[in-house]
Amino acid sequence: MTQQTHPYSIELEGISKRFGAVQANKNIDLQVPTGTIHGIIGENGAGKSTLMSIIYGFYEADSGSISIDGQQVAIRNSQDAINVGIGMVHQHFMLVENFSVLENVILGAEGGAVLKQGMDAAREELKRLEQEYSLDIDVDAIVEDLPVGLQQRVEILKALYRGAKILILDEPTGVLTPQEADHLFRILKSLKEQGVTVILITHKLREILASTDNVSVMRQGEMVAHRETSKTDKEELAELMVGKKVRLKVNKDEAKPEQTVLSAKDLSFFDGQGVERLKKVSLELKAGEILGIAGVSGNGQSELLNVLSGITPMASGEIQFAGQTITASEPKNAAQMRDLKMAHVPEDRHKMGLVTGFEAYEAAVLGYHDSEAYNGSVLMKRSAMLEECNERMAAWDVRPPNPHLKTANFSGGNQQKIVIAREVEQNPNVLLIGQPTRGVDIGAIENIHEQIVKLRDAGKAILLVSVELDEIMALSDRIIVMFDGAVVGEVSANEADERTLGLMMANAWNEGQGAQA
Amino acid sequence: MSQAKVPAWVSVGLIPLLNILLAFLVSGLVFLAIGEDPIEAAGYLVYGAFGYDEGIGYTLYYATNLIFTGLAVSVAFKAGLFNIGGEGQAYIGGLGVGLLCLWFDSSLPLLVIAPLAIIGGALFGAAWAYIPAYLQARRGSHIVITTIMFNFIASSLMVYLMVNWLKAEGVMSPISRTFEESAWLPYMHDIFAPFGFDIGDSPLNLAFVLALLCCVFYWALVWHTRWGYQLRTVGTNPTAAQYAGIDNAKVTIWVMLISGGLAGLVGVNEIMGVNHNLLLNFTAGYGFAGIAVALMGRNHPIGIVLAAMLFGALYQGGAELSFEIPTITPEIVVVIQGLVILFSGALENMFKGKIEGLFLRKAAA
Amino acid sequence: MFETLILILDATLRVSTPLILAALAGLFSERSGIVDIGLEGKMLAGAFAAAAAAAVFGSAWIGLLFAIAASVSLALIHGFACITHRGDHIVSGVAINTIVAGLTVTLGLDWFDQGGQTPSLTGDARFTPITFPFADQLADVPVIGLIYSELLSGHNILVYLAFAMVPLTYWIVFKTRFGLRLRAVGENPHAVDTAGISVALVRYRAVIICGILCGLAGAYLSTAHNAGFLKDMSAGKGYMALAALIFGKWRPVPVLCACLLFGFLDALAVRLQGVSLPGIGEVPVQAIEVLPYVLTVLLLAGFIGKAVGPKAIGKPYVKERA
Repeated sequence: MTQQTHPYSIELEGISKRFGAVQANKNIDLQVPTGTIHGIIGENGAGKSTLMSIIYGFYEADSGSISIDGQQVAIRNSQDAINVGIGMVHQHFMLVENFSVLENVILGAEGGAVLKQGMDAAREELKRLEQEYSLDIDVDAIVEDLPVGLQQRVEILKALYRGAKILILDEPTGVLTPQEADHLFRILKSLKEQGVTVILITHKLREILASTDNVSVMRQGEMVAHRETSKTDKEELAELMVGKKVRLKVNKDEAKPEQTVLSAKDLSFFDGQGVERLKKVSLELKAGEILGIAGVSGNGQSELLNVLSGITPMASGEIQFAGQTITASEPKNAAQMRDLKMAHVPEDRHKMGLVTGFEAYEAAVLGYHDSEAYNGSVLMKRSAMLEECNERMAAWDVRPPNPHLKTANFSGGNQQKIVIAREVEQNPNVLLIGQPTRGVDIGAIENIHEQIVKLRDAGKAILLVSVELDEIMALSDRIIVMFDGAVVGEVSANEADERTLGLMMANAWNEGQGAQA
Repeated sequence: MSQAKVPAWVSVGLIPLLNILLAFLVSGLVFLAIGEDPIEAAGYLVYGAFGYDEGIGYTLYYATNLIFTGLAVSVAFKAGLFNIGGEGQAYIGGLGVGLLCLWFDSSLPLLVIAPLAIIGGALFGAAWAYIPAYLQARRGSHIVITTIMFNFIASSLMVYLMVNWLKAEGVMSPISRTFEESAWLPYMHDIFAPFGFDIGDSPLNLAFVLALLCCVFYWALVWHTRWGYQLRTVGTNPTAAQYAGIDNAKVTIWVMLISGGLAGLVGVNEIMGVNHNLLLNFTAGYGFAGIAVALMGRNHPIGIVLAAMLFGALYQGGAELSFEIPTITPEIVVVIQGLVILFSGALENMFKGKIEGLFLRKAAA
Repeated sequence: MFETLILILDATLRVSTPLILAALAGLFSERSGIVDIGLEGKMLAGAFAAAAAAAVFGSAWIGLLFAIAASVSLALIHGFACITHRGDHIVSGVAINTIVAGLTVTLGLDWFDQGGQTPSLTGDARFTPITFPFADQLADVPVIGLIYSELLSGHNILVYLAFAMVPLTYWIVFKTRFGLRLRAVGENPHAVDTAGISVALVRYRAVIICGILCGLAGAYLSTAHNAGFLKDMSAGKGYMALAALIFGKWRPVPVLCACLLFGFLDALAVRLQGVSLPGIGEVPVQAIEVLPYVLTVLLLAGFIGKAVGPKAIGKPYVKERA
C-alpha cells in the first residue's frame, strides 16, 4: 500500500504552552522530514519534554498547530496521537510491570472485546515486526523480569504495533548500558530504513551526532536553531544549547587539602528491585578541598549521597569518619551522622531537604530538631528558633525575610538558601552537597558558590554532586566521575576539561583514547 | 508555587465552610424527602441542644466522647496514618477502665481510682492500637485494614468477656455489677451544686474537663515539642523525615499509641462517668464519628472542640427532634455526620480548584 | 455426623453468598485501583432498597432492580469523589457507610412506620428456594442423595448466581479486553493513559460493576436470606468481604475459597453455640467468629503468605508534567 508521501511527516507551527508563570514552550516551529532521524537537544528544562507531550496529546497547546503528512490535525489526547500514527517511548516506561510483553503491547489495541483472538493475531504480528526490525523478545515474558533495555524494546514494539509512522523517544539512553544504547541505535536505523520517522530527544551530543540526520536545538522554551547533522559539530551545538551563557567563573585560590576526614571503601548498594546502584565505590575526602562528583544523572550519585549521609544503609563496604567505622552490620542513621558533624544538602530540596508545608523557621531546623539549642525539657524553644531564623535570613539574604512564611512560598533560590544555611551554620566538618544550584536564579547561584568556597577555605571537607559540568569544573579541586554506579575516573581540577570529563561520563574515555591512538 | 497566592482565609476558611454548608444543604434535602420542614427541624435541634441546661449538659457529654475520638483520629492523620480503629480502641479502653473500677472500687478512694482508671483506659486503648501500628511499621501491613479488623476482634472479645467472665450474677443481660460510688466520676451538676449553681441533671461529668485537657496536650505535643515536629514531618514528607534521621517506623508506633490512648479515654466518660458498670456497645459509633470530627475540625484542637460540640448538639438535638416529631429517628444525625465526612473529607477538592482558580485569576488581573 | 456436616455446609453456602457477591464487587473496584471500604454501606443500601421495593411492588425482582440502582448510585458517588475529585478513598468509603447506616433507618421509619424495618415479605416478594429435578426422590439415596437434595438443591437463585459469578469474574478479569484494562489501570494508570485509554472511564465502569454486585448482595440479605430489612442487617459482612478479598489476594477463585472458609466458620459458630465438645469442653463461639479477622491480620502481616494488592491502589491518578 503505497501512499503519496509528504515531504514532512510532522510539522509544528507556533506551538506555545504556559504552566502558570512558566512559559514552557514559546512559539515553536519544527519540520521533520519523512523517514529521517531528527534530534532535539537542549538542557534540562529547555522545554523538550513539554513539546513532545503536546505532540503526544498529553497536554494541549495554548496555541499553534500540528500537521501530520501535510494534514493539520487536532491532538487532544493520546488516542488522537496514536490514531494519526504517533508513537512515543517515554523516559519512564509506560509499562504494566506484572503483565506479559504481549499483554502490554495489545493494551489499548486489543482487537475485540475478548482477548483470545486479538492475542493470537498480535502474536503473529509481533513475530513479523520482530523480524522486520530485529527486535528479538520473548512475548510471553513478564515485563518486570526483563532488563531495562528489553523493556524499552517493548515500548518500541507497542508503538509499532499501533502502526506508528512517527516514533518519539524521550531521553532513551538515560537508563541503558552502552551496549544496549548501541543496539537501540541500530534498531532506530532499521526503523528509518522502513520509512519510520524518528524523533530523538536527548541532551547527549554524542548520540545526536552519531545517529541523526537533522537536529533542532531548544533553549529556554524556544526553538533556537535547526541544523543538518552532517553540517554541524559538537562545539556549535553545545554553544547553541547553552546560549551566550556567561561561563561560570568562581574566584578561588588553590586548595590546601589537609588530612583525610572521610574515607569510603568498596561501598555497594542495591535498590528495591535488587539492581546494584553502587558498585564498590571508594573515595577519600580531605579537609580543605572540594571533591566534585561528575556524571550523568542516575549513575549512582544520589545513592552515594544517601549512603554516605546514613539515609539508606549500605549493602557492603566501609566508611571511616570521625573516628568511627561504619559498616553494613554497624550502620549509622542520618541523625547519628549529623551528630558526627556531617551536614547534607540533598539533591532534591522539595522531596528531602524541606517540608514545604512547614513555616520557614521550622524547616530551618529539620534534622537538628532534637538539638538542645531548640529544645527545653519538654517544649521546643520557639523564640530561639525564630530568632536564629531571623539572623540567618539576614545573613543569607533570604527573601522575603519572614520566618513564618510557608517554605513552599519561597522561590527556588531562597528555599535553597534556607537549606544550605541550615546545614552550613551547624559548622560541620564534612558537607555533602547535591545539585546546589538546581532551579536557582543566577544571582543566588553566585552567592551559593561563594559560600561553598568560603567553607572550603575554612578547612571543611566538601563533597559536591552536580549534573552541571560547569559547576563541577568551576568549584572542584578534584573530580571523580561516576558511571553506572561505579567510579570510572578521577582527575585534578587543573587537568579537567569538558572533553575528558564528557568522555568519562559516557564511559568512553579509554576506548576513545584507544581509537585515537 | 502559584497556589501560594490564594489568601489563607480562602483555603482554611471559605472552602471548608462551603463544604460544610453543602453537607447541611443536602441534609436539609433529606428532611424534605421525608416530608419534614428542615427549618422547623433545625429549630427543635438547636433548642434540644442548647435551649435549656440539661440539653446543654447532654450536648457537652456527647461532645466529650467526640473530642476524644476526634483527637485520636486527628493525631494519626497528622502523621499520615488513618486510624479507623477508634471504635475498637475506645471499646478496649473502656474495658480497662471498667476492670480497674471493678477491682478497686471497694478498696480505694476516688482520688486514687480516677487517675488509675484514666491511665488504664489510655493504656488499654493504646495497647489495642499497638498491634496494628507494629504490623504497619515493621511488617508493612496496611493500617486501615488491620484497624478495621481489630474493631471486630475487640467486639468479639468484649462479648466473650462480658458473657463468660464479667457478667454480674443473677442478671440475664451481659452487664457487670454496678461500681461502688467511690469509682464514679463526679457529675458536673454535683460539682456545681454546692456553689449554688443549678445546671440541670445530665450525664456531663468530669471527663469533659479531661477532654479539654487532652486538647491542650494535643496542641502542645503536635506544635510545640520535638515529637510533634517528628510526627508532622513524617506525615507531610516521609522522605524528608528519613533525611532528617527520623525513624518513621518508631513514629508510626508511638503516634498510634497516643491515638489509641485518646480513643480509650472514651471509656472514662462512658464507663466511669455515666454507666458505672461495664456493658456492651457503649462506644455506639463514636470511633467512626471521630473521623467526621477530625475532618471538620481541620485537625486542630479548637476546630475539633467546635466540631465535637456541633456533633454533640446534633446527637442531643436529634434525640429531642425525634421526641417532638416521632416520624424522625435520631439516626438522621448519622446521615448528617456521613454527609459531613463526604463533603468536607472525600469531596474536599470539589470547590478547591475552581475557587482557588478564581482568586488566582483575580490576583493576576 | 455426616448429616451434620452436610447441614453445616448447606448453611455455609447460604452465609457465604453475600460475602462472595460483595467480595467480587470489591475485586472489580480494587483491581481498578479504587479502594472500597464502602462495600458494607452499598450492601446495606441494596438490602433496604430491595426490601422496600419488594414490599411496595410485591416482586422480589423489582426489589432487586431497586437494590442495584441504590447501590450503583452510591458507587457513583464514591467514583465521583475518588476518580473525579481525587478524594481519599477511605474517607469516601466511611462517608458512604455512615450515610447509609442513618438513611436506611430514617427512610424506613418514614415510609413504613415500623421502627426502621420494612414490612415482612412473603410470596413473590422473596426469592424462594429452587428445588432441583428429582431432589425429593433422591433424598434417601445414601451420601449422594443428601448432597444432591440438601446441599446442592434448594437454594434461591441468588445463591447460584453468586457461585456462577466466580468463573464469570475470572473470565472477565483475565480473558477480556475490559479485564486487561481493568488490571492495567490498577497497576499503572500512566501506561493506560498513554495507550490512549481513559483511566477515569475504566475506573467508573469498575465501580459501577462493584455497585451492581453489592446491590445483589444486599437484595440477597433482605429478600432471600431474610424476609425484610432490619436496621444494620449487613452487620459487618461488607468488611468481612473486604477481608476475604485481601485473603484471596484479589483473585476470583482464592477469594471464593476465602468466602467459603469465612462462611463455614460462621456456620460452625452457630452450630457450636452451647455445644460441649468431648475433650475440649465448650468452645467459645466468639473465638470462631473472630477467626476471619485474625486470619486476615496474620496474612497482612506476612505470617501466612503475602498479600500484595494492585500497585496503584488508593492513589489518585494525576497526569504529571513529563
